[in-house]
Amino acid sequence: MGELAAFMILSLVTLIPAVVVVTSSNIVRAALSLVPTFLGVTGLYVMLQAEFVAGIQVLIYAGAITVLILFVIMLTEGGTGVRTRQLNDQVPLGAMAAVWLAFVLIVIFTRTGWPTAAGVLPAYNVVAVGNAFLSDYVLIFEVTSVVLLVSLVGAIVIARRED
Amino acid sequence: MIEIAIVAVKSALLLFILLTACAYMTLLERRLLGKFQVRYGPNRVGPFGLLQPLADGLKLVFKESFMPAHVDVIVYWLAPAISMVTALFVYAVIPFGPEVMLFGQRVPLRLADVNVGILLVLATSSVGVYGIILGGWSSNNKYSLLGSLRSSAQLISYELALGLAVISVVLTAGSLSLVSIVEAQRRVWFVALQPLGFLIFLIAAVAETNRAPFDLPEAEQELIAGYQTEYGGFKFAMFYIGEYVAIVTMSALLTTLFWGGWWGPVLPGPVWFVLKTLAFVFVFIWLRATLPRVRHDQLMALGWKVLIPLGLLNLVVTAVIVVLRGT
Amino acid sequence: MQVGLTSYLIVAALLFCLGLYGVLTRRNAVAILMGIELMLNAANINLVAFNRFVAPAAVAGQVFALVIITLAACEAAVGLALVMAAYRSLETIQVDEINLMKW
Repeated sequence: MGELAAFMILSLVTLIPAVVVVTSSNIVRAALSLVPTFLGVTGLYVMLQAEFVAGIQVLIYAGAITVLILFVIMLTEGGTGVRTRQLNDQVPLGAMAAVWLAFVLIVIFTRTGWPTAAGVLPAYNVVAVGNAFLSDYVLIFEVTSVVLLVSLVGAIVIARRED
Repeated sequence: MIEIAIVAVKSALLLFILLTACAYMTLLERRLLGKFQVRYGPNRVGPFGLLQPLADGLKLVFKESFMPAHVDVIVYWLAPAISMVTALFVYAVIPFGPEVMLFGQRVPLRLADVNVGILLVLATSSVGVYGIILGGWSSNNKYSLLGSLRSSAQLISYELALGLAVISVVLTAGSLSLVSIVEAQRRVWFVALQPLGFLIFLIAAVAETNRAPFDLPEAEQELIAGYQTEYGGFKFAMFYIGEYVAIVTMSALLTTLFWGGWWGPVLPGPVWFVLKTLAFVFVFIWLRATLPRVRHDQLMALGWKVLIPLGLLNLVVTAVIVVLRGT
Repeated sequence: MQVGLTSYLIVAALLFCLGLYGVLTRRNAVAILMGIELMLNAANINLVAFNRFVAPAAVAGQVFALVIITLAACEAAVGLALVMAAYRSLETIQVDEINLMKW
């Protein structure tokens, strides 16, 4: 019962601000609403016993990416966020596409018999994640670090003023 | 049921102690700054000025709660609250001492032992940035906005250095839990094993708390008071509490990560913890009295060109040593 | 009542569709990036949920979620740098006004 209640609350904390993110006409409000969404997703990770992913989610998404987004908004829109029309002419089309996709996905998800396995996650799964990264998934790990480095350099080159 | 009661009592007690400690930190800071500058400092309210924080608090609470024109009301109210709550939240995972026996119950002197404790601390402090950004943006004042943009750039930059220093400690201790990190320092404190990490953490901690010499976000001479300019009364008090709690937090973290937490001879654990934390609080005030403010480009250069490379170097050396010792 | 895999998948699907709606309807380049972040988060919920319910012994789902978070950080950094560059040369970040290459 407690689990269900927690799940419902976290889902609402995730989804209601997400609606604000995509509909608000004030771009700063929209960006701010990302924070409760990301924190709600963090809560879902904790419920799924992925504490390490939850920690990284807050650190990267709520702590870094959203701050970066706010930073760019304040540097480009003059910090007001209400100067211009925020939605384009595709609103009906976009809404139809989104609703249709949601309908199809939910139908598929509820009709499929997922092969659930009874088992428990490794108790202290930070160690397990670390071991997996440096044994089975070492190639992915290395490629990701190279991508990170390249995007770091790329972002600096693109954003730098030419003088 | 009894566990819940214990946790509730502990939380309430901790909150009370922290808020009182912050109030008296303002007095301590003003008295010490007075001593450093060869003057008296506030000593009129009560014996030795001990009632000064109470008088300040009363003044702030009873001040008119004004609001400038065209502010974003919700965000304007939310910002100081975020600042204060995130600063207080960190104490959920900081261990103050080993388990003690109280009234026949085993009571660990901490609120929770989360197995990703240090990650939680970093994550919380990264969310704390919002208090400053939102405060600056919602006030509808260009000095506030400038202050908050400076501050977010500063906090994001120094969070990296802070994180690198913490990762070195985590590698040395072999755990992300703060309790295990303190347990691992039973014989040797990590300041002996990680002297460079300690220095990086100390400098980054000063920058993270927006204290002099890195207090650019609220530089009075340039930005009036930065993001706090348009705040008064109780909301200002919340910002202020957040700032001072953050200083105590960083001091407690320095103690926990590098100076052996509750370990120490003769005296009981929690006493050692408090003594060490107070020593670092003194260091913070001492720095403010001693060093002049750095320029913004110097601040960024120090963060990105000195602290982060040094942190990476420290991390690599630590990792190699840990692997070599392990085999 | 136990919260099953399907519940998590439905929440993720709704979040994904909200993100899609944002990407399709926003004019502001930063807002489009925000929509993409929502979609990436939805994918991550799926990965972690499948990890928990389908293959609890392995941690592959969490590993992939971490990789996606890293790549999302890269994407945000480069994307926002592009937005800044576009704003500097064109003085707008509304994507339908950035139409120099269109005829």
